[in-house]
Amino acid sequence: MRRYFGRKLLIYGLTFFVAVTVNWMIPRFMPGDPVASMVARANVTKPEAVEAMRAYYNNLFGLDQPLLTQYANFWGALLRGDFGTSIWLFPTPVSQVIGGAVPYTLALVVPSVLLSWVVGNRFGAYAARRKLLDNTVLPVGYVLTAMPYMWLAVLLAWSLGVIAGLFPVAGGYSFSMRPNLSWTFVLDLLHHWTLPFLSLFLVALGGWAIGMRNMIIYELESDYSAYLSALGAPSKLIRRYAFRNAVLPQITGLALQLGVLVAGALVTEIVFAYPGLGSLILKAIQNKDFFLLQGAFLFIVLGVLIANFIIDIVYVVVDPRTRAGMAGAQA
Amino acid sequence: MTTIQEAVPREPVAVRREALYFAVRNGKLMTGLTIVLALLLLGLIGPLFVAAAPNEYSVQAMSPPTGEHWLGTTTFGQDIFAQFVHGLRATFAVGVIGGGIAAVIGMVVGFVAGYLGGLVDEVLNMLTNIILVIPSLAVLLIVNAYLGIRSVAVQGLFIGLTQWPWAARAIRAQTFSLRTREFVDLARMSGSGTGRIIAREIAPNMSSYLFMTFILLFGGSVLIASSLDFIGLGPTEGVSLGLMLQNANQWSALQLGMWWWFVPPGAAITAIVGALYVANVGLDEVFNPKLRET
Repeated sequence: MRRYFGRKLLIYGLTFFVAVTVNWMIPRFMPGDPVASMVARANVTKPEAVEAMRAYYNNLFGLDQPLLTQYANFWGALLRGDFGTSIWLFPTPVSQVIGGAVPYTLALVVPSVLLSWVVGNRFGAYAARRKLLDNTVLPVGYVLTAMPYMWLAVLLAWSLGVIAGLFPVAGGYSFSMRPNLSWTFVLDLLHHWTLPFLSLFLVALGGWAIGMRNMIIYELESDYSAYLSALGAPSKLIRRYAFRNAVLPQITGLALQLGVLVAGALVTEIVFAYPGLGSLILKAIQNKDFFLLQGAFLFIVLGVLIANFIIDIVYVVVDPRTRAGMAGAQA
Repeated sequence: MTTIQEAVPREPVAVRREALYFAVRNGKLMTGLTIVLALLLLGLIGPLFVAAAPNEYSVQAMSPPTGEHWLGTTTFGQDIFAQFVHGLRATFAVGVIGGGIAAVIGMVVGFVAGYLGGLVDEVLNMLTNIILVIPSLAVLLIVNAYLGIRSVAVQGLFIGLTQWPWAARAIRAQTFSLRTREFVDLARMSGSGTGRIIAREIAPNMSSYLFMTFILLFGGSVLIASSLDFIGLGPTEGVSLGLMLQNANQWSALQLGMWWWFVPPGAAITAIVGALYVANVGLDEVFNPKLRET
């Protein structure tokens, strides 16, 4: 147990370290000078003012100090929860700006990831043993996985939103409303949430269904299935064992796919102008708000790491082999 | 796996002939290849026959598909068919560059880690796991935002640099099972170096697997590139299918009902990537006798 989690924690710790270092390095070693572009954006004509601004920003970034000090300062600020100050929404702290967007992204990502995983696995398992279903699930699944996230989102917004007029196509809630805790507002939130959720759900669904179908077919052809059926075990029992064994790789797959799924959510948010991290990143890029961009990046990495860790724990709970191996290691 | 076991003792020429025999009879592979090749051909020769430059403005704005403008025009009167055929080129280019670079890095890391094992494997495996966990689109977002000038080549390069980990993992696992086989031992005893054994003994035995890995990386690169383009981090000059989608979304083609602006580029990306996936399943059946249906 300790060895397994020790290894995982080491990987996650190192990953976070690498991510923070990359985040620190990019503005300093990439071509293009963020300070220069910020000064240019301010549209100041007087040369003295330009100099003053440059000095101010260099000081703000801490770019006037030696590199190692800058690196140490970066970590220090980060551990205090200080992501810097947003330039686009000056002088709001980046952590506050991100904090306002995160609930929307979580409300979109968590249900769509979990539901698509559960439903996709069910569909895949059924498809593996019904020829008719197989012939429909497989092609549809391939088309869905091959679709760019934003294109499905655009198609849904166009068909269900613009033409059918069933759902709003932009925003997290109606413009006429202020966020509050009333039923009308919650219903409005859900109404705006449906289309982005649906597009994320559908794209992810195909991949899980195909993966599960292939795994189940593989398991049903394996030795233990043949042995069970030779013993005369009911096919229902065999299928249950096959499903259990096939779900394990799917859990690993979920961990591997998390980064991709989060990326999909960011792009989908942009299509629907949903007020989550994705739209925030777009604004940050358009306004050259590098602090906000880097803060969002670190936040996403942290989220993916935490989610991975939860999946690791679930894996231990579900997989008897890991548990047995751990008990043996402890004895 | 079974492919490799059964293919090894046979004559290489006979194997190749057999693979070809099953390849031309595999519906999935042929359908997928046909779609990809048709779109590739359209991207290659299309621009030669289209008079208009992709971003040139004409008088006829917001026109639905007509005989003159096959796919209609944008809000600014740009010909969508011209953008489409040029965009196909960019899409294939980014797939080849991104997928190629990712495949090369993944192969080198996977082969070396899998063949050498031990400490080298530990270190490389840890590196792979670290990069696997970092969401690559997020890295690409900040890298691309800082880069002043962006081109299809640079985009492909960075996509390739972030996409290799899962390929490295898969190739490592395959190499692991090959390195203890007799013919590898024989080569080692006869004094071949590590590089030679990997290039001459191991790689040829999993060539079909490597090819399928490249196809998947190609599809992945195309999808990531289209996401980047859509966020506004695409090439600063020229056109791509993702940029077309971005423009359509930005200038509210949705609300204006200009479906001809956003349907073709998305459909093309879906068709390319989907056809590649289907062809990959077909290839799997060609190389793996166990999966053949008849």
